[in-house]
Amino acid sequence: MGAGYGTSSDRIAPRMRKAWVSVSGVAILAAAWEMAVRLETGSLLPGPFAVVRAIGELAANGLLWKHLVASLFRVTWGYLLAVLLAVPAGMLLGSTRRPEQAIGPYLEVLRPISPLAWIPIAILWLGVGDQAAIAIIFLASFLPLTLAVKNAVRRIPKVHLQAASNFGLGGAARVRKVIFPAIAPQLIVGLRLTMGIAWLVVVAAEMIAVNSGLGFLIIDARNAGNRYDLVVAGMVLIGMVGLGLDTALLRLERLPALRWGYANASERR
Amino acid sequence: MIQALGTEDLPAASKVQVRGLNVTFENDGQPIHILKDIDLAVAPGEFVCILGPSGCGKTTLLQVLGGFLAPTSGGVFIDGEPVIRPDPRRIFVFQERGLFPWLTTEENIGFGIDRLGRPERRARIQRYVELVGLGGFERAFPHELSGGMKQRAEVARALAMNPDVLFLDEPFGALDSITRLTLRRELLRIWEAERKTILFVTHDIEESVQLADRIVVLSLRPATVRRVVEVDIPHPRDLSSRRYLELRDSIGAEIGLAHRV
Repeated sequence: MGAGYGTSSDRIAPRMRKAWVSVSGVAILAAAWEMAVRLETGSLLPGPFAVVRAIGELAANGLLWKHLVASLFRVTWGYLLAVLLAVPAGMLLGSTRRPEQAIGPYLEVLRPISPLAWIPIAILWLGVGDQAAIAIIFLASFLPLTLAVKNAVRRIPKVHLQAASNFGLGGAARVRKVIFPAIAPQLIVGLRLTMGIAWLVVVAAEMIAVNSGLGFLIIDARNAGNRYDLVVAGMVLIGMVGLGLDTALLRLERLPALRWGYANASERR
Repeated sequence: MIQALGTEDLPAASKVQVRGLNVTFENDGQPIHILKDIDLAVAPGEFVCILGPSGCGKTTLLQVLGGFLAPTSGGVFIDGEPVIRPDPRRIFVFQERGLFPWLTTEENIGFGIDRLGRPERRARIQRYVELVGLGGFERAFPHELSGGMKQRAEVARALAMNPDVLFLDEPFGALDSITRLTLRRELLRIWEAERKTILFVTHDIEESVQLADRIVVLSLRPATVRRVVEVDIPHPRDLSSRRYLELRDSIGAEIGLAHRV
């Protein structure tokens, strides 16, 4: 509420200051980078200007969009598939004893296996191509999201479940009106973390399993003539897209019906 | 056990009947007897307090009455029907945090009545918002309300279902003493207006003497009905009257409380 009492200029001023601090931080870093590259003669590493030029080149010849769309396409499918299956699977494991006892130990064994270890098997089963990459992203996202949902369901206070029974809710209505809203805040945290993992994994999968996408761009630029400016351009693009995806999901946490679920809910009002 | 009891031999005047109720929990293979041979009859529209020390099994008894917990033996009958599961005709008001934190006050109060038509639902929400004095807080989320307001909202949510029995499990236990007193007065006002049958669990002797028509005093574990006290003081009750103090002190003596701190 505090901000509501200030005039509009009061509210803009701190934001401007914050933006100014970020911009100067980036500028200082870029200057230091450029200087370091110039001092080290014969280095293959590009400076910031070379990277910006490389991004411009990629944008101009259309490769930027081609690779970006390829990566996003794979992440979207692998991730959406994982979300669609992990949410019901997590709810089932969280609300029943027996399936949890039967499957739980296997999940615990699978969990420490890096999703990248699945790349050879994915290629063996699905061949080199989009399907293998999507399968790897699916595997990387499905497990952590299932466990996040399961734990969230486990943590629903008993009074809410009892109130649901008392008000005569069963089956689908119970899931829709009580279980789903009760886990929503933690589900969104899980979605954010999983999106981060999916975006990390797509780059690695594209270096091996396919011949397009931002991961392929990086490995191809190195192999086809040591174009390290393109390598770093790819890295910068990956970072920016990842940040964008995270910011989009972070916005969901500000919804009024979810705010209760985050630690400092009482301070945010 | 339930089948063994004919419903026809129950007194017709009772709203709630508890017959030979026993609850035993198992803990590490050791049986723990929580409730022992509880018999109880509550008349329609009666306000009954279940009083006992912390941990004696009061809440367990209320959970069985509400249909959340199956008894080990014996049974509960409401309107002559055995209670086997929770039922929207009998609403449970929880100790605290029973409101759904993702819904506003009005959405919480309207939670159980979405089968009603829109205008009727609106009207009922408005009626109970006003009855519990939460006007102006319809759009607030539970984390924006004080403890007392949350408790009022929960009572309103229960009443909006138009139940015939209300189960209240130490509803004012977590509140400060001033708010507690105000809410007791409001609960009595609401009860006089709506005439629900109320079963109210508390460990507070004063609270039970202020509210109840009858007080069921439970013993320590395993809980048995130690005594049933009729509170023959008309409302509004004078908390310094001789009869009030007499009842309060006799129950205190029964439980084994000293008169001096």
